[in-house]
Amino acid sequence: MADVAEISTTATPEGVAAGSPAIHTVELSKRFGKTTALAGLSMSVPRGEVFGFLGPNGAGKTTSVKLLLGLIAPSSGEGWVLGRPIGDLGMRRRIGYLPELFRYQHWLTAREVLAVHCELAPLPRSSWKDEITTALDTVGLTDRANDRVGTFSKGMQQRLGLAAALLGEPDLVFLDEPTSALDPVGRHDVREVIRGLAARGTAVFLNSHLLSEVEQVCDRVAVVDHGRVIASGTMDQLLSGTMVRVRVSGLSPEDHAQLATFGKVDAEGDQLTFTNLNVERVPDLVSAIVALGGRVYEVAPRHQTLEDRFLQLLDKEDGS
Amino acid sequence: MPPALVIARLTVQETSRRRLLLALVILTLIVVGFSAWGFNKITTIRRSDGSLPSPAEVTLVTSQLLIAVTFMYSGVLALSAAVVAGPLISSEVESGLLLSILARPVRRSEVVIGKWLGLGILVAIYAAGSALLELTAVNWATGYVPPHPVELVIYVGAEGLALLSLGLLLSTRLSGITGGVIALVAWLMGWIAGIVGDIGTGLQNQAVQNVGTISHLLLPTDGLWRGAVYAMEPDAVIATMKAGGAIARANPFAAVDPPPLPYLAWVVVWFAAMLALSVWSFRTREI
Repeated sequence: MADVAEISTTATPEGVAAGSPAIHTVELSKRFGKTTALAGLSMSVPRGEVFGFLGPNGAGKTTSVKLLLGLIAPSSGEGWVLGRPIGDLGMRRRIGYLPELFRYQHWLTAREVLAVHCELAPLPRSSWKDEITTALDTVGLTDRANDRVGTFSKGMQQRLGLAAALLGEPDLVFLDEPTSALDPVGRHDVREVIRGLAARGTAVFLNSHLLSEVEQVCDRVAVVDHGRVIASGTMDQLLSGTMVRVRVSGLSPEDHAQLATFGKVDAEGDQLTFTNLNVERVPDLVSAIVALGGRVYEVAPRHQTLEDRFLQLLDKEDGS
Repeated sequence: MPPALVIARLTVQETSRRRLLLALVILTLIVVGFSAWGFNKITTIRRSDGSLPSPAEVTLVTSQLLIAVTFMYSGVLALSAAVVAGPLISSEVESGLLLSILARPVRRSEVVIGKWLGLGILVAIYAAGSALLELTAVNWATGYVPPHPVELVIYVGAEGLALLSLGLLLSTRLSGITGGVIALVAWLMGWIAGIVGDIGTGLQNQAVQNVGTISHLLLPTDGLWRGAVYAMEPDAVIATMKAGGAIARANPFAAVDPPPLPYLAWVVVWFAAMLALSVWSFRTREI
């Protein structure tokens, strides 16, 4: 079994400039026994961007985060975080991390937990008080600062984890499902925190199932499935198409097949959804449906959402 | 503060805040109280003819009873060390608590060493504190002080530390309950293997004697216990056992010689090897 990478703080990769990407990986892969969790992850995340990392369960998202943090060693491939090889201890001084499985010392108070993280980061002792106060205030835990973590709800523990990730103004923050235990207000707060990080130039690597959230805060996304990236780009690049939903009756499956000339058709009950259909062609579509004997009740063109695109990509991947 | 010391401090803090220390202190005070009363009775119990035991008899009975009481203390220490060390790393890996710690500039070796150090400090404090209380109580009750009290504390503490080291190693790979149970069974097996070795000594059978020797090398808890026993035995008892020949030495609560220096050197190597193995095991574990 490969040893976990713990490279000395003095190691500096050749040819990596100070302005290197926040994250850069080349064919990074990870196998657990016979199972391939990640099969050649190649991607680059610019500094200062909010990067969304999407994928279905078991796609390799959390494995990717652990690899990038050096918590597990890659089976093959290379990666750099903030210009240093993954696992480098010096790199870890400049990152924040909220794990998907968030758990903190329940016998300590929230303030003490953050003090431990300040000490391990390590931050100058003179800055601890201000760092902790600011982090607790940002995540809305000021009133519970001196309460033991054991008395916290799951949502409050996740907020505490977020506070720990924000300590020391890191250059890069990994957030693995940061809103999984939060209510709508908490989710809104997290979005605000992410926007605040982006505003001060901190790169954010956001792992999330909540596509609407990713859509709201991310500059760029990558979709991963079966351990490899199947699509990536800015939101504009990914969400270029328009979808048209038509509520119709009187059409047979054969008629649906004939309408495929207007693009990929998904039929669900009395609704037909056309992907990537230019709005200019909507009148022609309605005419074609009427010509086939169909009765049209509603036509609703709308821009493609990230969820539409995500499902489309996974569907395409499964079909290939 | 270096990360290993931060982890050590957290380990001490955890046992303290979870009231394990408080529970041990209260139980120890109760045991010391009862044993002080019991030891005091040795000096006042009369024979059927109404006479009191002689000072030599008091010393003999006290020394043997103290060995039995110390065996209970060493059992408590071994049990506590195994139970606490068993989940020391595995539970924090399973719960995810270590994820956020290891994402900091902290080496896995520092986590292992910090945990060992933290629990080691507690074992040392408990061994020294409980011995001080018990020996003070025995001295008050009977006037008896074992011949080598400092060595006694070191041997009993080292026995607890050995179980802690084994539990910690198991904790890097196995779940807390499994690691704790294995460490405990290994301790008992080591003790029984020591008795088997004693039987070999009594029967002057080298092969059976080797069972004890090998077990003392693989897990030095019983070997260290024999050191503790020797530290508690008055010279008169040792002389009697020596005069009794091989068969008199076949006793898990008796020792006619202190552990030889090469064996103590091996124990030091054993501790270093266990710590190195624990570090290697945790470094190569997927989390």
